[in-house]
Amino acid sequence: MGTAAAQTNVKIGILGDRSGAYSDISGEGSVVAAKLAVEDFKPEQHGLKVEIVSADHQNKPDVGAAIARQWYDRDAVDMITDGVTSSVALAISQVTKEKNKVFVDTGAGTADLTGPQCTPNTIHWVYDTVALANGTGGAMVKRGGNTWFFLTADYVFGQTLQRDTSAVIAKNGGKVVGSVKTPFPTSDFSSFLLQAQGSGAKVIGLANAGTDTINSIKQAGEFGITEGGQALAGLLVFSSDVHSLGTKVAQGLVLTEPFYWDLNDQTRAFSDRFAKQMKGGSKPTANHAGVYSDVLHYLKAVAELKSTADGAATVAKMKAMPTDDPLFGKGVIRADGRKIHDMYLFEVKKPAESKGEWDLYKKLETIPGDQVFRPLNEGNCPLVKG
Amino acid sequence: MTTIFGVPTQALFGQLLLGLINGSFYAILSLGLAIIFGLLNIINFAHGALYMMGAFVAWMLLTYFGLGYWWALGLAPLVVGAFGIVLERVLIARLYKLDHLYGLLLTFGLALIIQGLFRNQYGVSGLPYAIPAELSGGQRLPFMFLPNYRAWVVVASLTVCIATWLVIEKTKLGAYLRAATENPTLVQAFGVNVPLFLTLTYGFGVALAGFAGVLAAPIYSVNPNMGADIIIVVFAVVVIGGMGSIIGSVITGFALGLVEGLTKVFYPEASATVIFVIMVLVLLVKPAGLFGRTA
Amino acid sequence: MADTAALDAAPIAAALPTTRDDKALHRLIFVGIAVLLIAAPLVLYPVYLMKVLCFALFALAFNLLLGYGGLLSFGHAAYFGMASYLCAYTAKSLGFTPELAILSGTVTAALLGLVFGALAIRRQGIYFSMITLALAQMVFFFSLQAKFTGGEDGIQAVPRGALFGMFSLADDRAMYAVVAVVFMAGMLLIYRIIHSPFGQVLKAIRDNEPRAISLGYRANQYKLAVFVLSATLAGLAGSTKAIVFQLASLTDVHWSMSGEVVLMTLVGGMGTVFGPIVGALVIVTMETYLAQFGAWVTIIQGCVFVLCVLLFREGIVGLIAKLIRRPL
Repeated sequence: MGTAAAQTNVKIGILGDRSGAYSDISGEGSVVAAKLAVEDFKPEQHGLKVEIVSADHQNKPDVGAAIARQWYDRDAVDMITDGVTSSVALAISQVTKEKNKVFVDTGAGTADLTGPQCTPNTIHWVYDTVALANGTGGAMVKRGGNTWFFLTADYVFGQTLQRDTSAVIAKNGGKVVGSVKTPFPTSDFSSFLLQAQGSGAKVIGLANAGTDTINSIKQAGEFGITEGGQALAGLLVFSSDVHSLGTKVAQGLVLTEPFYWDLNDQTRAFSDRFAKQMKGGSKPTANHAGVYSDVLHYLKAVAELKSTADGAATVAKMKAMPTDDPLFGKGVIRADGRKIHDMYLFEVKKPAESKGEWDLYKKLETIPGDQVFRPLNEGNCPLVKG
Repeated sequence: MTTIFGVPTQALFGQLLLGLINGSFYAILSLGLAIIFGLLNIINFAHGALYMMGAFVAWMLLTYFGLGYWWALGLAPLVVGAFGIVLERVLIARLYKLDHLYGLLLTFGLALIIQGLFRNQYGVSGLPYAIPAELSGGQRLPFMFLPNYRAWVVVASLTVCIATWLVIEKTKLGAYLRAATENPTLVQAFGVNVPLFLTLTYGFGVALAGFAGVLAAPIYSVNPNMGADIIIVVFAVVVIGGMGSIIGSVITGFALGLVEGLTKVFYPEASATVIFVIMVLVLLVKPAGLFGRTA
Repeated sequence: MADTAALDAAPIAAALPTTRDDKALHRLIFVGIAVLLIAAPLVLYPVYLMKVLCFALFALAFNLLLGYGGLLSFGHAAYFGMASYLCAYTAKSLGFTPELAILSGTVTAALLGLVFGALAIRRQGIYFSMITLALAQMVFFFSLQAKFTGGEDGIQAVPRGALFGMFSLADDRAMYAVVAVVFMAGMLLIYRIIHSPFGQVLKAIRDNEPRAISLGYRANQYKLAVFVLSATLAGLAGSTKAIVFQLASLTDVHWSMSGEVVLMTLVGGMGTVFGPIVGALVIVTMETYLAQFGAWVTIIQGCVFVLCVLLFREGIVGLIAKLIRRPL
């Protein structure tokens, strides 16, 4: 092992949902994205040797925590990314702190990861519920949608989304005229949509995710909601959800995302490389882009430190270095572990405007990073002093 | 605007109508389950997965063969039924002499396999399937906007349920079926091919599930988990209605759809559990179900 | 459809009667298990072992009700999960030491078992199973909405704490020792119950209830008693699991967890003493090592269900018992 002394071994674990409700935004795509990042970083040139492993947490916090523990204790994994499910991400974050490794979550929504449950070993990439509330909520009110009716999935995530968005609506001079709690999960939203229609609100906010969102949008189309003049605002929607709905059903839906494959030449180039390795040629979602981006940044930090031994030190280094990658542009990681970058308000194209299976969004506006995320001092993160 | 318990009557009627529409799905699915249990003594846990297959077959017919909704209504139940017949011959028939809880375990395993395979192949976000043009749009009723497609669902499911009930209760074929399950040895002694009847019954029961799947495809997300979500509720419906009673499950299906609809108006958080609460109450008071035959 | 008659004719899991020689064999097996428990952490990963032990206890508790009570419960996750939540809550928010937290969880499961059992045992066979499923679904929806359970985030960062206020359980090996003791105690307790006069009456009721009643035994009281015992031990397993993994989540009360414990018991051997332990070992190992294959885990579990029901109804231990002609 001649040059071993000069080489640092790095092992990255992609711990996501490969079989459950979030497998389309996570799954194999996250592994592909991570591998592309390693390819682009050219680790040999920096004295690193990188290995990638992956596993399925099945959206179960105890499975996720157990895999994380085993990876850290027995398999010499240095950093875990993906995560995706909020409850699992929180569990992985705790284990990571205990073992002093690194966890960069991409897909989970809970803003608690950079709030009361923040740790020196965790970074939250891509988005969180506060950013979505600010993005879709704030932007829609400013565009004239000042009366809202919420369809809220009756569990913590849905309620948090409604609460955060209502705060933003009120701050911008809008009014919430009503809301209804839908049992989680539900497949039939007809009665709730009827109530929303009856309320006369200009915007119907969908405080739900995944299949609930898809079903509510599909059925809203059936009841002629958008023809009746009401706008649908999806508070947590991914490009994969819109793809499965199709533009005919989802047209006019307004949503906020930090990444879209067709945004610029660089995102397009990455997306083509990504699609070639995916079954069905799927384009990357924001979560996949996040994995690419955070793996790249992590490797840069490790290359400078020349070691992976101290997770907290690595995270501190990642916070000290500003981020710059082809997918999210320039950004920064704050003291509470929140990554800051711009987000975009999108509207789903009409079928006539769409020239391809994945040609789904048109950009309405850019929301600057420093405005869309929760301010540093409002998070109750113990790492933030003063 | 008049109100009942604080809810405008207009909204109330709208919700009741929607509840009836949901009830149609429960009715067809529980009809299939009740037939299979009543006549075969098998608790078919795979029913939800086969319902999902019906929706997927409809999507496949459209995507790979360009055959639209009306073709799917006829073909998808046949495909699912044929698959069911294969399952019955190869696997399920071996369990007839055993405690029927083994049937439950076997079909539970089958459901896991079928759903897992579809998940692997198609992901979980769901596939697009549109309402056929002839049925899109709706009627502006005084108390709500009623999508034409939803009205069609009620009509279709009522027709199928009544037709099935007529066949089983009023025709000679139905009589043979009922006799074969009461006393298979005797009926076989008369020269009737009992195993064939059982196979066809299972096939028919799951074909009904497939039919419900096609009805669901345009309005619910076509994804591999769509069956898992609905199967437990349908079980509750069948238990409440009476596990051998065909007419019982149909009436209960519609009735429970109505109850669920009402709950969604007055106390939406409980609409998921109300059916289970009713099930426990019914089981304590009248264990064979509302329309069941033996205690 | 005379369901009860069908059930009496071929009870789903009939255990073989035990003689004195068999008891000696069993004692030997217990010693063997104790030795394995001591030696295993030197070779295998302690956290994985603890998971196996918790689920083995859960499966043993479930099997008590099924194999010896003749009652197939589809809602055992309710006791496992609720106990897990209460234990996590008392340990994290009320500052209980681990043994008190586990006790709180176990007591919760016992009470829940009492209430649900009283409702469910009024009916038999498939109706009994359906009632347990419905009740467990209500527990699931309650857990989804209640504030103290944390909804779908669950209760996270539960402290391992210090046993009796003195021995820190943060080290996995110390925790393992506790779990091993709990498991041994639970297993021996179940064995004692099965081979006691109470257990004999239970078997009589399971095999022919009308006759047992005609002999003067209050069948319902016995069935309720075994139901509560089963729920309590399932709760013990759940509480211990909450401390080991330091979290309690919706997974623990979901109906698929009820399905998993049925699978473990089926694979290991329903109605055998040691079957559930083997079943838990097999299923947990399968899940751990197949996690990297993602979607295939549920498919493989489904195949295991199907194969076991068709070809392999006695389960692994049941098969061994048949071969050596001794009850296990």
